Amino acid sequence: MNIFAKLYYRLRKAAKAVQLYLVIAGPGIVVMVADNDAGGITTYAATGAKYGYNLIWFLLLLIPVAYYVQEMTVRLGAVTKRGHAEAIFTGFGAFWGWFSLIDLMILDWLTLVTEFIGMTSALEIFGIPAWLTYVAVVLLLGTIVLNGRYWTWEKIALLFCALNLVYIPGAFMVHPSVQDIVRQGLVPNFAGGFDGQLFFFLMANIGTTIAPWMLFFQQSAVVDKGLLEKDIPWGKFDTWLGSVLTVVVAVFIVVVTGTVLRGVDIDSAAQASAQLQETHHWVGTFMAIGLFDAGLLGAICISLASSWAFGEIFGWAHSLNTNIKEAPWFYASYFLALVSAGAVVLIPGAPLVLITLFVQVIAVTLLPAALVFLILLLNDRQNMGDYANTPLQNAIGGTIVLLIIILSTLYGVSVLFPNLFG
Amino acid sequence: MYRGVSRLARKFRAINARYHRPQIGMSPAVRVSLMVLRVYLLLLVALMLYKFVSLLGS
Repeated sequence: MNIFAKLYYRLRKAAKAVQLYLVIAGPGIVVMVADNDAGGITTYAATGAKYGYNLIWFLLLLIPVAYYVQEMTVRLGAVTKRGHAEAIFTGFGAFWGWFSLIDLMILDWLTLVTEFIGMTSALEIFGIPAWLTYVAVVLLLGTIVLNGRYWTWEKIALLFCALNLVYIPGAFMVHPSVQDIVRQGLVPNFAGGFDGQLFFFLMANIGTTIAPWMLFFQQSAVVDKGLLEKDIPWGKFDTWLGSVLTVVVAVFIVVVTGTVLRGVDIDSAAQASAQLQETHHWVGTFMAIGLFDAGLLGAICISLASSWAFGEIFGWAHSLNTNIKEAPWFYASYFLALVSAGAVVLIPGAPLVLITLFVQVIAVTLLPAALVFLILLLNDRQNMGDYANTPLQNAIGGTIVLLIIILSTLYGVSVLFPNLFG
Repeated sequence: MYRGVSRLARKFRAINARYHRPQIGMSPAVRVSLMVLRVYLLLLVALMLYKFVSLLGS
């Protein structure tokens, strides 16, 4: 009897823990899955096509990298109740604040353009014209945010996150060799030797794993959701789950293109989808659906990251729990970014390739600054109290941040000077 | 139009005044980090300008 009572007690405790997690789940998973945006999908597809399964081990290393950076935003948001933009303004003054805000605005807008490029090219595979995709996306994203509740927005975003898993059945449908995946993918190796091109791919994969908007987005989402200090462990778990999920999706994309498109030069995920359709119709279709979903999720989060940041600094009401009458500027900036970025894709002859490259270069100016500010803010014991970084967290977080800064800088420089690394 | 611009300018001045003084403790580590960041960003801007000028030249 005693055993049954104990078992019942443990089951009840586990059920309550799951219930509690489901209430708190959201910002971590959404930001991490949205990180697999249109640009990210292209990078993973190209990585698989170029190197097969050989870089899967490297992608797995990115799980702790993404986690340790993003969990700091959870603590910072839950303790200070400030978004990342406001935290920078308050902590480091107006100069660094404006630098970050303006940089974020430009970068987010350019990234939004790339999300629209991904979405329109994905649906063009199904014969849907770009203008129709643009109108539908703006209407859809408008409907999602205008319901006046953070909770509803988050659950819809989580639904789109679930759709991101469409790559997993796709990978099973191409019948990859599990033995090859384990042998080539899980043992660290540099297929064909370490050259400039491999270095470029490694840096591109890191660049897609940590983007500046993610820091701003997750911290603001934590604040808007109203997470408290006591929720931090669950917020961290949410971030951990999200970082695992995002890398798992990336690995499955690599498996698909590594199995079917090995040796093919991939310029975009849409091109990969179209090529996949020729031999594996449904896999190509799943890839195109996933690309559209990735762009949509990216657009949802990136446009909000900017609007939250502006609201924090200009003192506008800036919560998804407000309606359009209560927070007109918050929603105006959200729609302005969406409508204008999407419209660029419809302009005939717009320099879309240049914009895509420019995103990577601008990101290099903001990412190091945002990461340095993050580490410094997490060491501010006066504001963070018991939640400040411990020496171990500083050692792990500091090393990761330093590596990201070095590699993302080299990536940005290699985009500016393509022949620099051979 | 003029009223709108002047209201915006007032808003920017208010923000600058509100965040005039950094609240984080300016320990030597923070000062060094911010200095390194400044140098890093200046170098990056210089690289971008060089690229821009060389593109114009070609």
